[in-house]
Amino acid sequence: MSFSVVLPGPLSPLAGGRNRVDVQESPADVGAALAVLFRLYPAIKARVVTEEGQVRPHVNVFVGDESIRYTGGLATPVPDRAEIVILPAVSGG
Amino acid sequence: MPEARHLSSCRDGDVLLLVGTMKGVFLLKTDRRRASWEAAGPYFPGQAMYALAYDGRAGRHRIWAGAESGHWGPALHSSDDFGRTWIEPTGPTVRFPEDGGLTLKRIWQIRPGGGSDPDTLYCGVEPAALFVSRDAGTTWSLVTGLHDHPHRPRWEPGGGGLCLHTILPDPADSRRMRIAISTGGVYRTDDGGATWRASNKGVRAEFLPEKYPEFGQCVHKVVQHPAQPARLFLQNHWGLYRSDDGGENWIDIANGVPSDFGFAMVSHPHDPDTVYIVPLESDAFRCTPEGKLRVYRTRNAGASWEPLRRGLPQKSAFETVLRDAMDADRLKPAGIYFGTRSGKVFASRDDGDAWKAIAEGLPPVVCVRAAVVGDAAAKMRPAKPRDTRARPSRARRRAA
Repeated sequence: MSFSVVLPGPLSPLAGGRNRVDVQESPADVGAALAVLFRLYPAIKARVVTEEGQVRPHVNVFVGDESIRYTGGLATPVPDRAEIVILPAVSGG
Repeated sequence: MPEARHLSSCRDGDVLLLVGTMKGVFLLKTDRRRASWEAAGPYFPGQAMYALAYDGRAGRHRIWAGAESGHWGPALHSSDDFGRTWIEPTGPTVRFPEDGGLTLKRIWQIRPGGGSDPDTLYCGVEPAALFVSRDAGTTWSLVTGLHDHPHRPRWEPGGGGLCLHTILPDPADSRRMRIAISTGGVYRTDDGGATWRASNKGVRAEFLPEKYPEFGQCVHKVVQHPAQPARLFLQNHWGLYRSDDGGENWIDIANGVPSDFGFAMVSHPHDPDTVYIVPLESDAFRCTPEGKLRVYRTRNAGASWEPLRRGLPQKSAFETVLRDAMDADRLKPAGIYFGTRSGKVFASRDDGDAWKAIAEGLPPVVCVRAAVVGDAAAKMRPAKPRDTRARPSRARRRAA
């Protein structure tokens, strides 16, 4: 089992310059998958989720092409070889 | 994103102006004559920069910046090379405990500690809380004595949010400090932050049925002079006040100002009787009265105020100067600086007598901090004994 996380440009420096992180683990859901990402690259955590554990309001997380806002949030299942994409929302700046 | 332009050099004795805007940080630099300025930036383009500080203690040349990304949230950064590179704290940073039910919204204030310890720093944040670092900013922790205060659930957000925006470490006693919250009022500790008590006697809360409550005032800024730490000046949400007993009691000093509403307030670096403010018309119209941009200065601890207008626009100048968008350097005569929400920065190099625009066309300015590079003692000099008796002043009620 494996999954990948695709990072946007602003988060790439916090992952050693990587814009894609491939992980050989099988998390039950997006929350668990992000926990793996944060374990590997702790500085990313505060950028993506609040202290209360919620995805920041202007950050979007997708599994494949679907936003997790419509599929159960952090409880969204992560299928084998899933690609989790983190993107800034169309706001800010 | 725009490529930041860096300062060509920065030497001891240069005057550095840190300008925080809604879209990044700009640095302005000059020499001791303060005749012409070099500009650098933007750093953190697109991010709101409400809190900046310069830490020149222990031989450092460190700039601190509280950045707020609309996407990625707030984060604390520092630079030891005048903005060329920035790092974040390597240990626990300014962030609430994950089981506390709070999310950091904004860093409002970064303040080097007073006294002889060159490694203490404080951060005031929204929602209102105080963080401290004892290792020059490498690691941070929440000041639980304030966070657990029974008043905290009853603090309410002002127009800018529920923010802890003022931190005043007492230069004469490292265990004593005042902070100010909007809206919550002034609080003081005398035991290094373990316990806190409200310190608002005489400060009016225009927006509450009880006009003089123990706490809940919308204090906008408090300043303290290092040579006379028991004397404080306070710009309130309606009201100008002075305390001569360390904040135990406050008296009205709105004598001759066009409005006692405003945000910014700065103490003169060498004269504890001299303070600068920029009055705004009202809470409903937060612009300079009559379309005239005037700084008001008292040289007698609030007994009277004089308008300073030379070099400032006096026609159609509906400007707003926010609570941290004003500061002073430590030279003689003092340099006084402020920035406006319309993106202008004004400077005076003669104690405020005359002014000049040194930057225009910036994003809205929300923070201005002045420092003399190499001035290691800045803001941490021990207090010298001084007569702290109150001067007479005409108590004045604000016109309804």
